[in-house]
Amino acid sequence: MTSPLIQKEAIEKLPSRNEWPLWEVFVRGQNGVSHRHFGSLHAPDADAAIRNARDVYTRRNEGVSIWVVEAKNIAASSPSAKGPLYDPAASKVYRHPTFFNIPDDAGPM
Amino acid sequence: MYAQMIESEVECEDPQKLKEFQNRIDAGDKIEPQDWMPNGYRKTLIRQIGQHAHSEIVGQLPEGNWITRAPTLERKAILLAKVQDEAGHGLYLYCAAETLGVSRDELTEMLLDERMKYSSIFNYPTLTWADMGAIGWLVDGAAIMNQVPLQRTSYGPYARAMIRICKEESFHQRQGFDIMIKMAKGSAEQKHMAQDALNRFWYPALMMFGPSDTDSVHSVQSMAWKIKMNTNDELRQKFVDQTAPQADLLGLTIPDANLEWDEHKGGYNFTEPDWSEFYAVINGNGPCNVERLAARKKAWEDGQWVRDGLLANAEKHAAKIPVAAE
Amino acid sequence: MAQEPAYFEFLCRMGDNALVLGHRLSEWCGHAPALEEDIALANTGLDLIGEAQLWLGLASDVEDRGRTADDLAMGRDVWDFRNHLLTEQPNGDFGQTMMRQYLFDAWHVCLLDALCDSSQAHTAEIAAKTVKEARYHLTRSRSIVIGLGDGTSESHRRMQTALDRLFPYVGEFFETDSIDRAMTASRIAPDPNSLKDPYLETIRSTFLDATLCVPEQEFYLSGGKTGRQHSEHLGHLLTQMQWLQRAYPEASW
Repeated sequence: MTSPLIQKEAIEKLPSRNEWPLWEVFVRGQNGVSHRHFGSLHAPDADAAIRNARDVYTRRNEGVSIWVVEAKNIAASSPSAKGPLYDPAASKVYRHPTFFNIPDDAGPM
Repeated sequence: MYAQMIESEVECEDPQKLKEFQNRIDAGDKIEPQDWMPNGYRKTLIRQIGQHAHSEIVGQLPEGNWITRAPTLERKAILLAKVQDEAGHGLYLYCAAETLGVSRDELTEMLLDERMKYSSIFNYPTLTWADMGAIGWLVDGAAIMNQVPLQRTSYGPYARAMIRICKEESFHQRQGFDIMIKMAKGSAEQKHMAQDALNRFWYPALMMFGPSDTDSVHSVQSMAWKIKMNTNDELRQKFVDQTAPQADLLGLTIPDANLEWDEHKGGYNFTEPDWSEFYAVINGNGPCNVERLAARKKAWEDGQWVRDGLLANAEKHAAKIPVAAE
Repeated sequence: MAQEPAYFEFLCRMGDNALVLGHRLSEWCGHAPALEEDIALANTGLDLIGEAQLWLGLASDVEDRGRTADDLAMGRDVWDFRNHLLTEQPNGDFGQTMMRQYLFDAWHVCLLDALCDSSQAHTAEIAAKTVKEARYHLTRSRSIVIGLGDGTSESHRRMQTALDRLFPYVGEFFETDSIDRAMTASRIAPDPNSLKDPYLETIRSTFLDATLCVPEQEFYLSGGKTGRQHSEHLGHLLTQMQWLQRAYPEASW
């Protein structure tokens, strides 16, 4: 199985090799935000991937928590469906608070 | 520079798709791995990112040559951290290349059997401690000049790798300049080392931007695709303009009798490097090509049993994990 | 205080172990089996060099003769170095490096843990900072020793060779001399011998997981931490490490 994060046209050309699998690394920064995708790396297994992520991606104090997931296990939305998936949301302007005109006297809202 | 000799690949593609692709790039869209892309774009990127990654990895060697001889504990730590960063940069770039459907091991093999190249600069020897200063100041300085605009390159994973790299890279040039200051203001011998390092690295640093490419079809294509952001000559001029006053500040002399400020063009006039030397180095005949490649080959071959061993262990354990559902 | 020369000696032992092993690891930079390992080895090396700066810095304060940490690192000859023989052993292959690292880390963590309760506040502070680093080093080297020990037949063979080669240096960790007795008496540091049983228990369980056999032997090599008799390797290491300082003694870098 190959990662959905890799260029499709190229996939069939990938030879099968005895290579450490590719992992995607997610790091929670110091300030308590969500884990964010930081990059990728190679590791023989999940434990090693976490250690490698610690050594590769948090050398400058960037994080306090790490998630790793093997790249092939990520499911991704299809780019050809970009229109149907994301355009419809653009017309739902009433979902945004600025849509509504509230009189100033109403106080904080 | 790391994209020193990249020729873009142009292939026949569906004109309609090509037009839409170009429109996206012109509109400032980022291209992501799953998006349609011309085969030429993909291949050029693989070569460019791969070459850049190889340059980072081979680039560990000339500076690595001095880690064990660094003069103080702090200098030793700084240099080790710096060379370690180069490995990190190589890693980020290989990962970006991998999104294009080529594996890191495959790229490594192409480096080792010389199907792919790396920047010519790393085939020069590091002979004194001042070379650590000159490399940080000149080589990293030149690299940054190329890398900063590449943060805006059209290919998303490449742009993101460059953003991370640039963030880390600014420490590199500063530590180099800091060494140069110490050396240039130090004892007579240290000053001699500093001048000697500048003498040896000046022209190789200018070569890092590659030969003039203003008339190259490939460069025009790469620039249209926004995987090359400036011409080689533009960057070289910018580098000289930035570096010449710094040399003055250090009290060192750039080894170019023709170097002078040109009021009219608003930049320095300078002597072009010897391009025959550049081609000789690129084609394997530089002072350290043999050593650099041999060191990478040895690391790769000696490491095979380790990579295999750890993978075999991981596979044994994966097989042993019990399945939760009965 | 009465133990000052002994305390200085003890601090040099701590600093020299970290310095010499950190230096050895820095030799790997650019040559490791995978990029991730290259970066990780450099991290461990950086931690150890940082640790050496702390111990040798404290040693220079205690000595109070104007020698800095750098002077101690770059200005002493072989006989004044106080590191264990294990740390100066050459890198060998990656297996030998990781085996040396594991054997060291397991001891280092035991010792630093105990030093967190040192009667000397500065020593306790350094131990509290560095034990966190050492724990991570241990996690990492342990996993790799197990991974390679129980990997392919080749990796297993190489790891067993490395263990057989390096095990004779382990005994020096637990040797007690007059310096140690002075440190124990003033509750600055634990009796080295008190670390032996927990250490052996730790490494035996690791080697069981790694499918490696711990050599059954009482014989061991020593002479490093007393400076009585280093191996031939240390002189070459110092030749490189100290060269610039010795060639240009007046220069500042």
